[in-house]
Amino acid sequence: MAATGKAARLEELREQVARLEGHGAGHARAVIPFGVPALDAGVPGGGIAMGALHEVAGAGPDVEHASAAALLAAGILARTTGPVLWASEHFDLFAPALAAVGLEPARVLHVEAGRDVLLAMEEGLRHPGLAGVVGEISGRLHLTASRRLQLAAESSGAVAFALRRGRRLGEALLQEPTAAVTRWRVTCLPSPPPLPHAPETPGLGRARWLLELVRCRGGEPGSWIVEACDAQGHLALPADLAHRPAAAPQRRGREVQHLRRAAS
Amino acid sequence: MHDGRRQVLAAANRAALALGLRPGMALAHAQAMVPDLQVAEADPEGDADALVDLAAWCLRWSPLTAPAAPEGLWIDATGCTHLHGGEEAMLAAILGRLERAGINARAALADTPGAAWALARYSARPITIVPPDAHADAVALLPVSALRLEDDTVQALRRLGIDLVGQLVSMPRAPLARRFGSELLRRLDQALGREAEPLTPVVPPEAVQQHLAFPEPLLTATALEIAIERLVATVCPLLEQVGLGARRLDLVFERVDDAVQVVRAGTARPTRHAAHLARLLRERLEGVDPGFGVASMRLVVTLAEPLMPTQATAALDGKENGEVDLAPLVDRLASRFGESRVFSLLPVESDVPERAVRPAPPLAPLTAAIWRKDWRRPVRLLTPPQPVEALSALPDHPPAIFTWRRIRHRVRRADGPERIAGEWWRRDGEVAAVRDYWAVEDEDGHRFWLFRRGDGADPATGDLSWFLHGLF
Repeated sequence: MAATGKAARLEELREQVARLEGHGAGHARAVIPFGVPALDAGVPGGGIAMGALHEVAGAGPDVEHASAAALLAAGILARTTGPVLWASEHFDLFAPALAAVGLEPARVLHVEAGRDVLLAMEEGLRHPGLAGVVGEISGRLHLTASRRLQLAAESSGAVAFALRRGRRLGEALLQEPTAAVTRWRVTCLPSPPPLPHAPETPGLGRARWLLELVRCRGGEPGSWIVEACDAQGHLALPADLAHRPAAAPQRRGREVQHLRRAAS
Repeated sequence: MHDGRRQVLAAANRAALALGLRPGMALAHAQAMVPDLQVAEADPEGDADALVDLAAWCLRWSPLTAPAAPEGLWIDATGCTHLHGGEEAMLAAILGRLERAGINARAALADTPGAAWALARYSARPITIVPPDAHADAVALLPVSALRLEDDTVQALRRLGIDLVGQLVSMPRAPLARRFGSELLRRLDQALGREAEPLTPVVPPEAVQQHLAFPEPLLTATALEIAIERLVATVCPLLEQVGLGARRLDLVFERVDDAVQVVRAGTARPTRHAAHLARLLRERLEGVDPGFGVASMRLVVTLAEPLMPTQATAALDGKENGEVDLAPLVDRLASRFGESRVFSLLPVESDVPERAVRPAPPLAPLTAAIWRKDWRRPVRLLTPPQPVEALSALPDHPPAIFTWRRIRHRVRRADGPERIAGEWWRRDGEVAAVRDYWAVEDEDGHRFWLFRRGDGADPATGDLSWFLHGLF
């Protein structure tokens, strides 16, 4: 009896905190689930929260182009409805790739905002009716600036992705605190042979990512090895790894190697 | 034209100039030189009217244009050049349009109207662009007649040995003023930017407009914002009466010192939504310098399109129907970043990656993607493709190793080749051209989109060099 009373009280307190943080109001509760039970269970709310800011960055040499990060964001947005604003500093996206993960070009409005990507993102987030806003940010993302984006996202209920990319974006800059609800890192992993039963067959299979939840408000960090977005933007757990946890220490060494290569 | 004693030529076109005819020549003399000369009676009033029409036509380039009688036009290009692809491109486009209309024109762009006037007439090139703050140097070597002076003054200066503007600048001002009057110094100061020269803007005929004069000059941003709201609130009902929506608005600030400033706001779709228009104009306010105060404001709808009232539809759940109106967002982004930088993408039926996508104005009707989803395409496309060094076995093996930006990537897996042939119907050079594309993955799992020029067998199809075209 005492135990259930304690649980109920905890639940009540959690709701109170959520209300204080602005997650209590109707639409802000909505989430876009990954559709992968292991992933959804690891993220509070069971997916990417609408009406919130999420940070996504690449790792190693991919920090500069954030291509896997862009695909992840596009795949998540593909499963929403409504227009999407994509703000970049210099436009270098190739729309067929976005369409291949389910984000149709007709849904996306692009803006080439130069140094004012944050401003463009905020304009988009304050506009009612957008499904999501993606901004490719090469510089620092200050706590105040990200807080503004988070508040704007809460006001309209759109999901916001800050793609951190840039040649000079070091690990230290990526670790600075921001107001984002979640912070993800996508690392490309070597993919297995396209046909598991015939390893000698040439060709490329589905790409494989290490998806790390580096920081998460109200949740625990975690990491998963996943297969990249399919035509509907869904991630999947690789069949051969589905029941194994990600081997984190091994990856660290590889990343150091990346950085050394990038520096040389 | 009759100069009081005889008929003289007022103007001559290029062909006549080539035959040796000059303005000011006696008509009889000219007809003796060219027996079959076509002569038309000079019509200064008609010319002036036509010039005003031409100035109104130039409103497409900038919100503030004015006729500069007898044969010139002012275009205040402040803040407009980036909308037309830069200063050089804008002037070239203006001259090109005039040329097609049969008008031979010369153009100059400078910090002050006076300097631009001088350079348009005396520069050696048809298009002259003076960098910011360089107008004083630019006019220094021009003859004094470039200062818009009376002929008598120019002659008198010549007699004193003063031929160039630069000489005038270095002379003491007081004796000059005593000898030639204040007009000379005023023109000099206007060319050098020491004295402001307000333009009297043309107002397009039949435009919906509203004028608001203030008993006390306005100085603060808040006061100007309130004035904007009032103007918009009166203009919108006027638009509604005639069934129009605004596509482009010019807000003219007339200051107490007679200077005129204009801000322009454009919309992606005709609208007469007062709050939206007021917000667009308010955002441009930061570029306005009220000086000693704004005496009056004029809001002109320079471009309007029919806008019919629409039936408001509401769904049962009380929300508007599913369509999200992006027009206000597009307007605000376009007003901040420029119209060309807010766009949607249209699929184009082409296998050449660079041509598979075309930017389109936002809000244009969009078609569904026609790209094949089972073909691998990279997220980032490098433009132009970057040359890489690659080792591969001919004719159709993937590269084993390639080097990009001095980093060597060992290829672990590859998919290809996907052969994309040149589109000979677009360009002659592509008749035989072939690219073989490979999607490759290096040892760390990063994926790249490489292509080799040529099919590896026939040298006519390409020189076998390798390029990196995209990143997955």
